[in-house]
Amino acid sequence: MNKKINDNNLEKLIFYSNLISYLLSFIVLILYFSFILILGFKPELFHKTLPNSSITYGIFSGLFIIIISVFLTFIYVVLSNLFLDKLKK
Amino acid sequence: MNIFFFLTLLIFPLSSMASDSSSKNFAALIFGIFVLVTLLITYFASKKNFNKSNYYAAGGKISGLQNGLAIAGDYMSAASFLGISGLVFFSGFDGLIYSIGFLVGWPIILFLIAEKLKNLGKYTFADVTSTRLTQSKIRILSASGTLVTVIFYLIAQMVGAGSLIQILFGLPYYYAIWIVGLLMIIYVSFGGMIATTWVQIIKAILLILGATALAVMVLNDYSFSIGKLLEEASNVHPEKKSILYPGKLISDPISAISLGVALIFGTAGLPHILMRFFTVPDAKSSRISAFYATTFIGYFYILTFIIGFGAIIFLTNNNDYLDPNNNLIGSNNMAAIHLSHALGGDIFLGFISAVAFATILAVVSGLTLAGASAIGRDFYVYVIKKGKSDEKKEILVSKISSVFLGIIAIVLGIIFQGQNVAFMVGLAFAVAASTNFPILFLTISWKNLTTNGAMYGGFIGLFSALLFVFLGPTVWVETLGFKNAIFPYKYPGLFSMSISFFSIIIISLIDKKNRDEKRFMELTKKSYLESK
Repeated sequence: MNKKINDNNLEKLIFYSNLISYLLSFIVLILYFSFILILGFKPELFHKTLPNSSITYGIFSGLFIIIISVFLTFIYVVLSNLFLDKLKK
Repeated sequence: MNIFFFLTLLIFPLSSMASDSSSKNFAALIFGIFVLVTLLITYFASKKNFNKSNYYAAGGKISGLQNGLAIAGDYMSAASFLGISGLVFFSGFDGLIYSIGFLVGWPIILFLIAEKLKNLGKYTFADVTSTRLTQSKIRILSASGTLVTVIFYLIAQMVGAGSLIQILFGLPYYYAIWIVGLLMIIYVSFGGMIATTWVQIIKAILLILGATALAVMVLNDYSFSIGKLLEEASNVHPEKKSILYPGKLISDPISAISLGVALIFGTAGLPHILMRFFTVPDAKSSRISAFYATTFIGYFYILTFIIGFGAIIFLTNNNDYLDPNNNLIGSNNMAAIHLSHALGGDIFLGFISAVAFATILAVVSGLTLAGASAIGRDFYVYVIKKGKSDEKKEILVSKISSVFLGIIAIVLGIIFQGQNVAFMVGLAFAVAASTNFPILFLTISWKNLTTNGAMYGGFIGLFSALLFVFLGPTVWVETLGFKNAIFPYKYPGLFSMSISFFSIIIISLIDKKNRDEKRFMELTKKSYLESK
């Protein structure tokens, strides 16, 4: 990221933590804004229901985004605790 | 400290006097216990609040789990509990759109700012921006961003509180506003962050327990199947199946995106939330608290969804809860409250009502503390005194500011009685997304940012958010009565945030001579490593 910081470990830390942070943020934002764009442009996609159920695609994807968001924060904590924190030493 | 006990004595007899049924008595009892416990905590905290660290950040001694609960407590306001379950009751799927937007901000906070905030700042988020930008200038902007956000959010909460308590406890509106206002002033000015955090934690636990019990009672009748619950709800609701997919909330794509932007990035710029990341000992606890907060909030939104659909089933066609026009007694926001009575009788209604009251109290306290810190620390110490002030005076000014903000909240709460204030929460989010978030994010991630860029760009963002709301459909047309809105969209987030980022970047690029890469490098290093 910056050449003047000579510490190899620090450079590695910055690289990997940025990679993890931006990648995970990107996944969340993509999921959320696809949901929002479908709402805005093609809401009928959300009308269909899952087979043999009253759960529509809309409700399914809504609940899915909530659950996946919580899951991704869990992934982030695990990666940081097990991997990134070691680089700090 | 007699005032604490005096106040508790005052609340007990008056609330039971005003009530006429066993549920109200029970609600008053539970709420009375809550107030008693929180005032005791405040009393003990007040003995410790002689230094800044205790007053602003609870001495940095809150654990990750405790802070996760406190953050969730700050975020799960009565508006999200009653408002979202009410919206689901009224229109089904559309209620879910809000919950998702409110939740998705959380992973972003964790991934991008939670740890860096803790590593770079001490008590307010302006501490972070001023590690590399000129204190006196950037703190004016941060304090303004904080105060505007806090005041709009406070008005919305106070007006909601007044009318809710009026319905729940049968107390007059003014009386309710005064109780909330006075208790909040006592918590914040005597108890500082320690008391505010514990009020928040207790309330979060009560709210999660209450909402869980309510959702379990709903699901119990449908053998814990969401599918069956939705099917029954769509049979009962007058709009049938259409409550299971997008309805009228989102009328055009631009509004949808703009609302989403404000919800996500506004969350990452709410000062009372950001402040909580300073109450933990280190960056790792800060990370863990954001994880717990996301989990609790996500779980809570799933509960409100179930509660809303449960309310459709149990309250539609139930004459006990409908007025002659077939509307829910006391508006749709009462869906969760009525449902608690339908499923759990007087005692459970009393419990949920008390929890709703405690929720309002806790949220306004968190807001007031954030506002008071902005005045006492950012504005008084660094703008007026140029950083030369002793600790005692700083805390004194913060405490006086909290009393002052409390009085403002009471007065505005009374002025705005009966007005539609829902847009003010939206406005608070839009300002947070267009001022606080851009400067915070660019401070930690963009090396060419300059003080002038952040300050002027940030103010442009702040004013454009205010202006767009003022000229938009909610104020210009619905409140002021003009025929056509000058700014066509209800939610300005997308536009005001883009304008803010754009102005900050352009002004910083022009202001090349004030660039300070060395300070940015120091900041980068510090933001990734522990600050000890």
